[in-house]
Amino acid sequence: MIVLRRKLADLIALVFAAAATLFGLTWLVWILWTTFVEGAAALSPSLFTEMTPPPGANGGLLNAFYGSAVMVMLALAIGTPLGIAAGTYLAEHGRHSRLAAAVGFINDILLSAPSIVIGLFVYELVVRPSGHFSGFAGALALAIILLPIVVRTTDEALRLVPNQMREAAFALGLPVWRVTSRILYKAAMSGIVTGVLLGLARMAGETAPLLFTALNNQFWSANINQPLANVPVVIFQYAMSPYDEWHSLAWAGALILTIFVLGLNLVVRFFARRGNK
Amino acid sequence: MSPPSPAAPRSGVGADRLFQLVTVGAAWLVLLILGGTAASMAWGGRLAFETFGLKFITSREWDAVSGNFGALVPIYGTIVTSVLALVIAVPVSIGIALFLTDIAPRWLRGPIGIAVELLAAIPSIIYGMWGLFVFAPFMAVNVEPWLNDHVGALPVVGTAFSGPPIGIGLLTASIVLGIMIIPFISAVSRDVFNAVPPALKEAAVALGSTRWEILSRVTLPYTRSAMIGAIFLGLGRALGETMAVTFVLGNAHDLSASLLMPSNSIAAAIANEFTEADTDLYRSSLIALAFLLFVVTFIVLTAAKLMLMRIGRVQERAH
Repeated sequence: MIVLRRKLADLIALVFAAAATLFGLTWLVWILWTTFVEGAAALSPSLFTEMTPPPGANGGLLNAFYGSAVMVMLALAIGTPLGIAAGTYLAEHGRHSRLAAAVGFINDILLSAPSIVIGLFVYELVVRPSGHFSGFAGALALAIILLPIVVRTTDEALRLVPNQMREAAFALGLPVWRVTSRILYKAAMSGIVTGVLLGLARMAGETAPLLFTALNNQFWSANINQPLANVPVVIFQYAMSPYDEWHSLAWAGALILTIFVLGLNLVVRFFARRGNK
Repeated sequence: MSPPSPAAPRSGVGADRLFQLVTVGAAWLVLLILGGTAASMAWGGRLAFETFGLKFITSREWDAVSGNFGALVPIYGTIVTSVLALVIAVPVSIGIALFLTDIAPRWLRGPIGIAVELLAAIPSIIYGMWGLFVFAPFMAVNVEPWLNDHVGALPVVGTAFSGPPIGIGLLTASIVLGIMIIPFISAVSRDVFNAVPPALKEAAVALGSTRWEILSRVTLPYTRSAMIGAIFLGLGRALGETMAVTFVLGNAHDLSASLLMPSNSIAAAIANEFTEADTDLYRSSLIALAFLLFVVTFIVLTAAKLMLMRIGRVQERAH
């Protein structure tokens, strides 16, 4: 009797765990399926050749793609070196120091902090004093999203470098900055690149931090000192609108964004896995 | 270990100092950003706090025309959706973690683990669009009428499940939010489960335990504080999630006991209204909301981190 009851409880737990996994994967499939079907129906060459249209007209997303690319690149240029430097402090110069412990802790909080608050911070920091929304402010907000990701992965990657490598390099009489830049960074390179690319994927889809910084721009603009169109905010505005033409453009943008983000994630994970073996 | 000073510093001393200064500066920058965010939200929201005092938190009135702002509805909406999301996500995530650590055949663990991580990588705006165009109509047609007919008539819980089946509202937002945090909680739970010393599990197996008994009497008790940390991490994500909730919550400043009614959350109110806020007091009230959100998520995430730190080297993950 007792044996039967224990076996039954075990069976229920197994079925529950399998069902939970199936439940989680169902949403993934459902969301991807919808995005692909709706997005594929809306794909057209004009997507990449025309600007975002006024209500009720046809058009494309060229200015939004361009704006997103500019802001993400700028954010990479700002966030990556700072993140690598801070990560180097955590793993090398400051290892065991109280500052490093505090920074590591706060960095993990920043990693999960609400991105909309980051957007408001940059609004108060840049947009309000300068008096206008700008692509630069958007890039700054994205850089703050990227920074903790790069800090964390740089720290982890450097800690994986065996100590013998540092000792051997110091024994040759090399100064610290050359040991770090020529030897440790090389050894930790794949980990750092993984972090930067995952951060890139995360930034590409971030919407909330751009709402009050880059805002949006219906027209072509290459001026990062002005409001700049970008894919996530265009998707947001068009999806919330009552116009069918805007809805299908939003789906097309959503599809391309999803392919980019998930594709990048898959490629990075594939190479990270191979690198570990 | 701090590296020993190089033996031949002739060409290096100045450069080393500079290099160290740069890395220390970047480390301070991380602290400055977090501190600066808190300070600028407090500073930007001071007008609202000065004008309304404690009433800002207790009043349900949110009237842009008369300039009266009380945050009770967004606070209520944020808490209800986050807690309901946890109710959905926690059992599912524990199930997924158990499946990935103990049940699935080895060859299946990698692919399913990646699939769950992909769920975390989908941008939240995609969740929002899917929620608005696909899931909300699905709820309105298939789920909510059924809830009205079968659960709505019950005493006590009935009120929460009766109302117009429009698909947009607290319940739909909670479910979408729950789906979004499943990958975060299950990825951390999986790592936590994997950190249980094999000897403990092997001992339980040797005593003839079933897998369920190992989970409930060895794994969960051993990982209790870390599991609470994983759940708090999910809660921290849920509280601050903006885009997915903004699409399906309905942006209504009404307090309602029904989960089927549209409502608002802190993040959604900011996303919807900030660019339209035309007075200083309006803008300040929204920033004050952000300040409250920031303080609460900071506390929740700090608690999560402290509890996760207890279990050895298991670390929360960026993705």
